[in-house]
Amino acid sequence: MQDKHLSSQFDEDLNSLCAKLLQMGGLVEQQIEIAMRAFSQMNLDLCNQVIESEKTVNSLEVEIDSACVELIARRQPTARDLRLVMAISKAITNLERAGDEAERVAKRTRRIINEAGNFKINAAEIKLSGQMAIDLLRQSLDCFARLDAVAAAKVVQDDKQIDDEFRGFVRKLITYMAEDPKMISTGLDLLFIAKAIERIGDHAKNIAEFVIYIVKGADVRHVPQDDLIREAHK
Amino acid sequence: MHAGSAAADAAVADRAESGVAISALEIRDLNFFYGSFQGLKDINLDIIEKKVTAFIGPSGCGKSTLLRTLNRMYDLYPGQRAEGQISFYGENILAPGSDVNLLRSRIGMVFQKPTPFPMSIYENIAFGVRLYERLSKAEMDERVEWALSKAALWNEAKDKLNQSGLSLSGGQQQRLCIARSVAVKPSVLLLDEPTSALDPISTAKIEELINELKKDYTIAIVTHNMQQAARVSDFTAYMYLGELMEYGKTDEIFIKPKRKETEDYITGRFG
Repeated sequence: MQDKHLSSQFDEDLNSLCAKLLQMGGLVEQQIEIAMRAFSQMNLDLCNQVIESEKTVNSLEVEIDSACVELIARRQPTARDLRLVMAISKAITNLERAGDEAERVAKRTRRIINEAGNFKINAAEIKLSGQMAIDLLRQSLDCFARLDAVAAAKVVQDDKQIDDEFRGFVRKLITYMAEDPKMISTGLDLLFIAKAIERIGDHAKNIAEFVIYIVKGADVRHVPQDDLIREAHK
Repeated sequence: MHAGSAAADAAVADRAESGVAISALEIRDLNFFYGSFQGLKDINLDIIEKKVTAFIGPSGCGKSTLLRTLNRMYDLYPGQRAEGQISFYGENILAPGSDVNLLRSRIGMVFQKPTPFPMSIYENIAFGVRLYERLSKAEMDERVEWALSKAALWNEAKDKLNQSGLSLSGGQQQRLCIARSVAVKPSVLLLDEPTSALDPISTAKIEELINELKKDYTIAIVTHNMQQAARVSDFTAYMYLGELMEYGKTDEIFIKPKRKETEDYITGRFG
């Protein structure tokens, strides 16, 4: 946050909260990246690595949440400080859930490896939307670090592409499964993986919306996209 | 004076029916001078009826000065003068002809330090009432009980009405002062840092009392404690160097103030 408080300890507390959020964000980003690599390479070790790292993310969520509560109790933040603390508390929930989705990708991939070994379905959309989700989450964390509402509005807009990819893949998957019922089991695993990636995009979008809330003081959840963009550019 | 005229009463009733917020006090282009020093600069503000309006700002910003103009308390000091207009239900209280004593019975004031008179609890209440009304003993007893009940002090004081007001604790003394103001049935209560000399429990009782009193009274409170302003008020005014920087709903001021100056002050970046 720019500008200093009269209490330098207050500044330190807020900065430390932001730093921890970004640290958690980095971890989740890495988790998703490894999960997507595990999927592309059908690599069991990478799957286990993602599942293992979930504990670290969970404990960071609890730690940051308790730091938020402590800061509210001690400092009674107001205005943009209050918005920042509330947004951090909500953003870490989104990050933790994005981490859960990465774990879901890893677990479903592990199932495919153990059961089918390989599959004949073209999953290019999953790989593409996986990369898009990683980029989106990185951008939303960047917006958070820089408190950039305009860039955050762009993240919200871009999430639509992941949604489109997901819908496209579901249509394709239905065709595959209708043609060959033996593919249904793997098809469902792939569907869950695609859905998990789509949800990661949603979490990145939510974090971007919190950035707009911190900077502009406007709650842009569930508002039409045009209004959101206008608010971000105000 | 005040809502005395039938026309003014009718206008107030009309606005109340239509659900429009009624201004008890309308401050327009108010300037205030301590000799040659200008303490208030072009203040324009409406104090809404039966709501709590809090004034916040650093020391010397003019918030107490503004409060003191609202019942012409400054008249007591030579060399102090106010220019502009303060309409109290349509009557300009700054007009030379206005009856200051009557005004102060309609707009009561409670100060930072509890100031009970050195007389019994009963007399503390009755003294002010006698200045404006002639009541029988029974009526006065009733008024004292009513005022002490309004100030949430009756249960604690009913068995010692003849004891000195000074025998009460600080918090009780402050509630006695509030009872004294309420006893003459004002429509506005001005509270100048009413809890700054009190412990947290007495403070909480006064804050609870403010919440109760606003059902019947318009309240303006000056406070150095921003959390207190956030807790008790419906509207908040931020003042700095004699100017009104921002005025709005308390929720908006404390979550999303419009001006950077206000935000810097309430977030503790002011220095």
